[in-house]
Amino acid sequence: MVPGRRMLEIWYAIAALLFAVYATMDGFDFGAGIVSPWVARSDTERRQVLAAIGPFWDGNEVWLLAAGGSLFVAFPRVLASGISGFYFAIFLVLWCLLGRGIAIEFRSHLPNPLWRAAWDFTFTVASTLLAVFFGAAFGNLLRGVPLDDAGWFSLPLFTDFSARAPVGILDWYTILTGLFALVALAAHGAVFLAWKTDGPVGERSVRAAWRLWVTVAVLWPVVTVASHLVNPSLFPGMGRRGLAALATAVAAAGIVTVFVRLRRGGSLLAFLGSGAFLLGILGATAASFFPVMLRATGGDALSLTAYTAGGDPAGLRVALTWFAVGLPLALIYQVVVFRLHRGPATAARDGEGY
Amino acid sequence: MGDALVLHRLQFAFTIVYHYLFPQLTMGLALLVVIVKARGLRPGGEPWNDAARFWIRIFGINFAVGVVTGIPMEFQFGTNWAGFSRYAGSVVGQTLLMEGLFAFFLESSFLSLLVFGERRLSRVGHFLAAVALFLGSWLSGYFIIATNAFMQHPVGHVVGPDGMLRLADFRAFVLNPWALAQYAHNMMAAVVTASFVVAAAGAYYALMGRHGDAARIFLRVGVGAGLIAGVLVAATGDTQAKLVARHQPVALAAMEGHFESAPRAGLVLIGQPNVRERRLDNPVVIPWALSFLAFGTFHADVPGLDAFPERDWPDNIELLYYAFHIMAGLGTLMITLTLVAAFLALRGRLEGCRPMLWLLMLAFPFPYIANTAGWMTTELGRQPWLVYGLFRTAQGASPTVHSGTVLFTLLGFCGLYFVLGLLFFFLIGREIAHGPGPAHA
Repeated sequence: MVPGRRMLEIWYAIAALLFAVYATMDGFDFGAGIVSPWVARSDTERRQVLAAIGPFWDGNEVWLLAAGGSLFVAFPRVLASGISGFYFAIFLVLWCLLGRGIAIEFRSHLPNPLWRAAWDFTFTVASTLLAVFFGAAFGNLLRGVPLDDAGWFSLPLFTDFSARAPVGILDWYTILTGLFALVALAAHGAVFLAWKTDGPVGERSVRAAWRLWVTVAVLWPVVTVASHLVNPSLFPGMGRRGLAALATAVAAAGIVTVFVRLRRGGSLLAFLGSGAFLLGILGATAASFFPVMLRATGGDALSLTAYTAGGDPAGLRVALTWFAVGLPLALIYQVVVFRLHRGPATAARDGEGY
Repeated sequence: MGDALVLHRLQFAFTIVYHYLFPQLTMGLALLVVIVKARGLRPGGEPWNDAARFWIRIFGINFAVGVVTGIPMEFQFGTNWAGFSRYAGSVVGQTLLMEGLFAFFLESSFLSLLVFGERRLSRVGHFLAAVALFLGSWLSGYFIIATNAFMQHPVGHVVGPDGMLRLADFRAFVLNPWALAQYAHNMMAAVVTASFVVAAAGAYYALMGRHGDAARIFLRVGVGAGLIAGVLVAATGDTQAKLVARHQPVALAAMEGHFESAPRAGLVLIGQPNVRERRLDNPVVIPWALSFLAFGTFHADVPGLDAFPERDWPDNIELLYYAFHIMAGLGTLMITLTLVAAFLALRGRLEGCRPMLWLLMLAFPFPYIANTAGWMTTELGRQPWLVYGLFRTAQGASPTVHSGTVLFTLLGFCGLYFVLGLLFFFLIGREIAHGPGPAHA
């Protein structure tokens, strides 16, 4: 039988994995939304972009629900404290997700150009804001939040932007991580479109991807140094943690793959490299951050960790059993859908697609 | 105006009522689409395939709104009910994560194949996509009902040394008898909603003299499924009411406006609860019927509100009472309506009976109202508890979120959902005006 502490470690890994997969999967359709005005100019081209992500975006979003669900069952204290503490930011995210989903699904119901222009605008703005919000949320976790001794906190949207107490959700550091997420997801989406579309959209996507990935390569070390300044305890342990080192290597291999493959145009391999980069940096961060889940700005003793905030190990043992059945099923469905939609996406006739 | 709790409750109530207008149609419609498409696989099934295509387009629009209004529900457990999440997350988190893993991935993966994939797939393949959507949406319904059933009638748990709930018996929790009864009742009610909507469209086209084939199919399917499901709703509702009588007797007393304990209690048809005076004004009562319905014998003693301390009474007895009576009244009305319509249909006279077609066309809001009222009965009857008998609603709200913040998001939802409603009606109206047939530009 797996001991209780080990069970909590397993669920920390599951939760981290689900969030990283969410960022990578929904990330490519956010990215497509961000770059869509630059790579798709005519209505047909816009619909080509939507046809590329249309069959996947909804399934990608389910990873967010699964990630949230894993926190709920395994670390209810972290979920309760974290989600209520970021109250405002969470609702901004939810409203953007709402507008974005409706934009994708409703746009092509009407041929009216104003109707379509309004939804294109909504789609791009919501995708952009979501990337920034998720990046900023990640920055908040690394910087820390003002947890009290009962394990609660509440954050205003902003204070003096200084990253020192009293902190707000937005300060120079979390804005930086937000911008990094924006560029990284735009780059990820551009590589996806470079793979899944052909013609002018595909060519523009390759060019956009190239520029965006150069920006990612420049920003990555900048964000790493900033993270070290804000949270000095993050990196020293990294070298001693095999998983963190492995994930960093995966990220580096991913970015190299992207640059090597993009020179010859878009391809599945370039997209996989891009996904590996995102999974790698998120995995490396989670592995270095462990066992902390919500870092307290008022001192490490107040932080919520996998061990102090975990649920009951016996219940998690049961959950692990059905999780081991459910996860492969979810992966099979997604693989089936990708297989059925293989090949370059083309704009559908009106009424027959996105 | 400092009471955040009221606003937390109002926001959850508003967003869940609004959200559930869409899944109740898609869950019911998923079953009807599978039935219609199965008929379409047989020789001469082309009109049935056309009918299915029309409803799949309606399904797609409803499903999209259901998805985007559903995601906030999942997160409001954390944003607004953090106390509850912390207390019960180890238990209810199980079913919520299972819903994502087993139901949402299935639904979301095959949705676009069902809506846009008819050319991409074979006939059987497209039928299977419809089956996948049916399975996914009905599974999703079960996990949510099981979560709610735990809040209504907690089983399979223990209270841990830290005061938080823990899972003790997974089977007991997932196969909660309350969940089984509630699921049957709820899913049949969803089929009634879909049936009434399908029948209403059929009646509209029949009255307009358009789309003759489709109108016949819609009326047959809508009236037939509506009658069967309506009767099952009543039967399962009876099972559920007996569970309420046994496990939430104070809720039953409030639902019935039953203030004083008495044997041979009467069933109230109409009347206005007067909580201050502890009586029912202008009551119209069937004698002895409540005792029989609740406990199976006319002599059973039905405890009234006076048998319970006031602090355990549901905190909105009037609304609970009306919600229950509206649900039961509309349920009876809908069974009667489909019974008469089915009788006419069997004699081949439904399509020529214009008054009946008018009734069917205008009756589609009834199941929506009845479903909403049914859920209000369930949830108001659970008060003042969040987890029945264990954890009060007042303990469940997020401690750090104040009322100004909640009002901001509540007003935001009102605005967003108003616009969303307008867009929805506009698009559905277009689909109805266009009618079954090839896709339109």
